[in-house]
Amino acid sequence: MYLSIVLLPLIGSLLGGFGGYWVGTVGSQILTTTSVFLSFCLSLIAFKHIGLDGNVAHLILWEWMDSGMFQCNWGVYLDSVTVVMLLVVTGVSSCVHFYSIEYMRGDPHHPRFMSYLSLFTFFMLILVTADNFIQLFVGWEGVGLCSYLLINFWFTRIEANKAAMKAILVNRIGDFGITLAMLAIFNVYEAVDFATVFAVTPVLAEQGIIVTVFDTQFSLLQFITIFLFVGAVGKSAQIGLHTWLPDAMEGPTPVSALIHAATMVTAGVFLLIRTSPIFEYVPEILVYVTLIGALTAFFAATAGLVQFDLKKVVAYSTCSQLGYMIFACGLSCYSVSLFHLYNHAFFKALLFLSCGSVIHALQDEQDMRKMGGLISFLPLTSVMFLIGSLALMGFPFLTGFYSKDVIIEVAYAKFTFDGTFAHWLGCLSACFTAFYSMRLFYLTFLQKPNGPKGVLEKAHDCPPFMAIPLMVLAIASIFIGYISRDMFIGLGTDFFQNSLVTLPNHVLYVDSEFLPIHIKLIPLFFTLFGALSGFIVYNFPAMFTTSRGLFIFLNQKWHWDNIYNAYVSRPILYIGYHYTFLTADRGFIEILGPTGMVRGMKRITERLKEYHTGYLFHYTFVLTLALSISFGMIYSSMNGVSTGMIDPFLPYIFFGIFLSTLTKRNQG
Amino acid sequence: MVIDFTLFFTFAILLFGIGLWGIILNRKNLLFIIMSIELMLLAINFEFLFFSVVIDDFMGQVFSLFVLTVAAAEASIGLAILVIYYRLHGNIAVTSLNALKG
Repeated sequence: MYLSIVLLPLIGSLLGGFGGYWVGTVGSQILTTTSVFLSFCLSLIAFKHIGLDGNVAHLILWEWMDSGMFQCNWGVYLDSVTVVMLLVVTGVSSCVHFYSIEYMRGDPHHPRFMSYLSLFTFFMLILVTADNFIQLFVGWEGVGLCSYLLINFWFTRIEANKAAMKAILVNRIGDFGITLAMLAIFNVYEAVDFATVFAVTPVLAEQGIIVTVFDTQFSLLQFITIFLFVGAVGKSAQIGLHTWLPDAMEGPTPVSALIHAATMVTAGVFLLIRTSPIFEYVPEILVYVTLIGALTAFFAATAGLVQFDLKKVVAYSTCSQLGYMIFACGLSCYSVSLFHLYNHAFFKALLFLSCGSVIHALQDEQDMRKMGGLISFLPLTSVMFLIGSLALMGFPFLTGFYSKDVIIEVAYAKFTFDGTFAHWLGCLSACFTAFYSMRLFYLTFLQKPNGPKGVLEKAHDCPPFMAIPLMVLAIASIFIGYISRDMFIGLGTDFFQNSLVTLPNHVLYVDSEFLPIHIKLIPLFFTLFGALSGFIVYNFPAMFTTSRGLFIFLNQKWHWDNIYNAYVSRPILYIGYHYTFLTADRGFIEILGPTGMVRGMKRITERLKEYHTGYLFHYTFVLTLALSISFGMIYSSMNGVSTGMIDPFLPYIFFGIFLSTLTKRNQG
Repeated sequence: MVIDFTLFFTFAILLFGIGLWGIILNRKNLLFIIMSIELMLLAINFEFLFFSVVIDDFMGQVFSLFVLTVAAAEASIGLAILVIYYRLHGNIAVTSLNALKG
């Protein structure tokens, strides 16, 4: 049964994709959606059996690599962390499948879309149910591939091509990091399965093993965790490798909801949570994790303040919330991070799908400045949007409140530099989140209508296929936080039995419970202030101006894209074309290889051709010369005279003959 | 009487060489080639005779008669070919004999 959780989406994808011609569009929709929904139902059963009853299921399927002491198997490993991720992945995926039946209606490549969605779900399930690093990496790469395929779904659009290439290339840098980490693990542990690695790590941590790379020495665990974190940075769009996430909004909205809100970008966070036994023994690296996560949260929130595209604001919101999750991991509070991941998936998917509903209603208009007044045209969508935004902002007692505020409290409770840094930036990001969420809601729904009249006349609320997932996700956004709070982050819960390791000197839950009340209310005040100021600024826009420089700085996302393009991409392209292609490949290697040899051969034969003059007496001369020299040599060698006088000069004689072939002649 | 036979051999070899040079350094006409071939045959003839005296073997002189006969026959054939060649080409210049060029 547990294997079919993983395999059903694959079967649905293959049948719907390759058999799309035979089953037709409706058939592929039914196949893929049903298979993923069945997978979700089975995940619920698995959640009850494994999560609530506290079991662990480890299915070893078959051997993949077997070499001496190293063995790597395909397996399905289900423990509490995994079943939570299974619920998230299959749940959001079913909603998105259902939604895109209606959203992509009329698209000539509809079967391909549905099959890619299912394929993505399959790879993500491989990632979360992996029991060793290599299978995790298979899923890792697979979701990167499906992200490329899905962003690039409308492949005739140049911007989509560029965005998809950017996504996969930036992801690749992260993949390189995780590959190095896996190689280091294999080198020292001689095993890559989680059970062995996590069990042996405490022993190795005491021993202080050194890894030598190019004559530089690193502590082993620091090396591994730094590169695992690089992988997480690439996949979860942390600052530095975040540039792909906003551009990935070129894909259709269901893609953004599934991949860039709920599942793929959480793979990096999942990696950190899964490898918490390793990270716990390197507190210095956890400090870096916290700092980068906090910086990402802050940076993305500021960049989302002044974007004009509906989906880009939500994308930056995702990036910011991922920063929250990462810095929660950095503070050793893995269960809080997982809880936030779980909650965030639901309300972010809700937000994205509501944006999709708005875009669908306005016939693919995505610029917020041209919307407005939609609250009377699209009542259901606006309510869903409001629920999602309130959950995102951390409105008290909705879903986001239970995880987001806990993260900020825990950050304060770690009374060191990184904790305070994360607390400040987390609070500021909460303020900005509220501001841009309110801005988004206001400009789209509440302001006076700013769009073309013809578009607004045809605006209709979403049809039932699109409304049902929205309502399901809205219910989840309101209640799930309260329902599952004690299970995830309640004090003394044993939901995560051995999966999330926290060393005793890193535990912050008790400290965070007893913070003074005014500290605990800081995020709430920041949020309310942000929301209120968002509403006021955009209700009375004439009273507020900002400096043009600041606006451009934030709108251009702190110029990260421009800097990367100018200082990284363009030089690499230049080197790639002029140096490695023209000079080295077409030049050096070809001259030593085929082209050079052909030209040299031609030149030598042209010179040698001149010896065939056609005159008989020339031929006679050569004949007699050769005969006399050879007879002379034979005669003299038979009589004890050697060629010792000529032997040292033979190379020079031949070289001289070769040089004579290189001379230029002017005769025909 | 001690005769220094080295002189005789040198003379014959030099004569052979002159004949060879005649073929190689010839730019005038085909007749020179035939004449040079005759010269080479003559020189070889001399060699045979000198050596038959030196090593006291009669066969050298016999063979020399054979060579003379062959030389005469071959010279006449060569001249006949030359006449036909002149009829076909109109000249007997050596420098136009480059059909094997390339």
